[in-house]
Amino acid sequence: MNERLSSQRFLALPFGLWAVLFIVLPLFFVLWNGLKDVDGGFTLVHLQTVLQWEYLKALGLSVELALISTFICLVLAYPLCLILRERKESRGLLVFLLFLLPLWMNSLLTTMAWQTILEKHGLINMFLQLLGLPEVHIINTPLAIIIGMVYNFLPYMVLPLYVAINRIDNSIIEAARDLGANPYQTFRRVLLPLSMPGIVSGSTMVFIPALTTFVISALLGGNKVLLVGNIIEQEFTAAYDWQLGSALSMVLMVFIILNILLEAFTDNGETARQTKKGRA
Amino acid sequence: MMKKLLLTLLLMSTFLMSGCDMFAEEEDEGADVLYVYSWGDYLSEDVIKQFEEETGIKVVLDEYDTNESMYPRIAEGAEAYDVLCPSDYMINKLIHNDLLQPLDFAQLPNARANIDQDFFDQSRAFDKEGKYTVPYCWGTVGIMYNTKLVNEPVDSWKILWDEKYKDNILMQDSARDAIMVPLRILGYSMNTTNEDELKAARDMLIQQKPLVQAYGVDDIRDKLSSGEAALGVIFSGEAINLMKSNPDLRFQPAPKEGTNVWIDGWVIPKNARHVENAHKFIDFMCRPDIAAANFEELGYSTPNTAVRELVEEDLGEYVDTAFPPETVYKGQESYSYLGEALDKLYTKLWLQVKVN
Repeated sequence: MNERLSSQRFLALPFGLWAVLFIVLPLFFVLWNGLKDVDGGFTLVHLQTVLQWEYLKALGLSVELALISTFICLVLAYPLCLILRERKESRGLLVFLLFLLPLWMNSLLTTMAWQTILEKHGLINMFLQLLGLPEVHIINTPLAIIIGMVYNFLPYMVLPLYVAINRIDNSIIEAARDLGANPYQTFRRVLLPLSMPGIVSGSTMVFIPALTTFVISALLGGNKVLLVGNIIEQEFTAAYDWQLGSALSMVLMVFIILNILLEAFTDNGETARQTKKGRA
Repeated sequence: MMKKLLLTLLLMSTFLMSGCDMFAEEEDEGADVLYVYSWGDYLSEDVIKQFEEETGIKVVLDEYDTNESMYPRIAEGAEAYDVLCPSDYMINKLIHNDLLQPLDFAQLPNARANIDQDFFDQSRAFDKEGKYTVPYCWGTVGIMYNTKLVNEPVDSWKILWDEKYKDNILMQDSARDAIMVPLRILGYSMNTTNEDELKAARDMLIQQKPLVQAYGVDDIRDKLSSGEAALGVIFSGEAINLMKSNPDLRFQPAPKEGTNVWIDGWVIPKNARHVENAHKFIDFMCRPDIAAANFEELGYSTPNTAVRELVEEDLGEYVDTAFPPETVYKGQESYSYLGEALDKLYTKLWLQVKVN
């Protein structure tokens, strides 16, 4: 027993080292920078600065755009996963892989491609012009950023959702039908609750990168639409104000932790329910 | 304290990773090395090779992409570089914080002979005693415009506030370059420390924002080149290559309200370990043939008076852009370092424009 424990510890060593060097230390560095004053003492001054309206406005906009993008990803991904569930043969897999395709390409590249699509003289407007239709103005607006986020982060919604929905036993759905549930009731009372863990973890995986991105907003927003990620990037590079940048990162971390807690709770609830069922 | 600890950890990991290479580099610590820390793509590789061949001094070149990312490495003394090439206001900041050593101009005959006195004078804006800097490249901040979309002479910054060009204007995405423009329109100094003047400039930028297509740095170049925008604020060093890429483009280097003349110069940090080599290097860069070779590769204007006749023929119609007449730079302001509090104010005002 003891021997197994020590060998386990030994095997965990590489990851432990990794975690300390690249996760714990940097986190500590951020906390330390965000909470120290010029002389190295403790201060809340940087966190207070973050509460000024300029920062709150950017934070509000970031949360808003991230929520909208997450919702759109969910609306796009859920029906897809339901369809894929029905047909598990190879064609389903092909569609599934197509949805994951953006992951195979460098996201900077795909975002720049969107730039050329949405631009004033870009593909969309060229097409509209050919048809004699008025041009649309999308680039450098929040809408362009949402499009970029949805495109880049959709795979992170599809993956966990597909796994969760695929796991649902067909006999449960058949049972619901046998007991007289119509398709809507089946969805509302059976499919939706059972796929909830997938929805939550998919949403988390979209929401967090969308909340913190600065590349998408810089490229598709023309730096006119400022998100929290852009401010943090600016504070660290151009303004050389690591304290403020760290304080902003800390505020973002609060949102991320909340999100992860939410996920943990729904996950725990689900496993608890399942074990109970198993015992019964 | 903590910073030291983190640094030590970082260094330790570097040691672990570098392994045997460490010993190879030890040998280089002798007299015949030179540690240069300069902008990326700011020196011709052939020139460096030639310097190594002629002097037998091995050059170790590190590069940075902003003055701001260079500064902490010098300030913390993490590495002892021998030569740097920062911009005006950053040289000012380095002097202010006692991080540079005076140059020995006796060792710099080429600098004395070839660098235009005008630019030594202009350097006094950030190097008051003229002891620390040898100008290397210079330029202005001007307006690039597309003659297919702009049918009027461009001689004033005010055109950037013209409703006609809504969604066709590109502005610089950096606090000082952005705020400089309205400051000059209002007739204030670009080194002002008056908060009311700065706020007036901010309000003008907020008012302009609906007309602006995008704020950018390098991407401004591409958007002008492809005709995506009609007007853009850019550095003069980009002008020649841009006009070559799109013949519809023209450049106004100095709008009539006045503009910023920037100078990047060679300086030697206080903790340099190869001071003599550093002087040799700086002087080498001022040699006419070397300055010409650097110019041909970079395209930035040079304060070296001997270069013009060497490259004039290759330049053709662009010669005035590469070597602007005195009227372009005489009497213009350069940025000086305003202190940490004002740096923060600039950053904040710019942020207020961008979240608005």
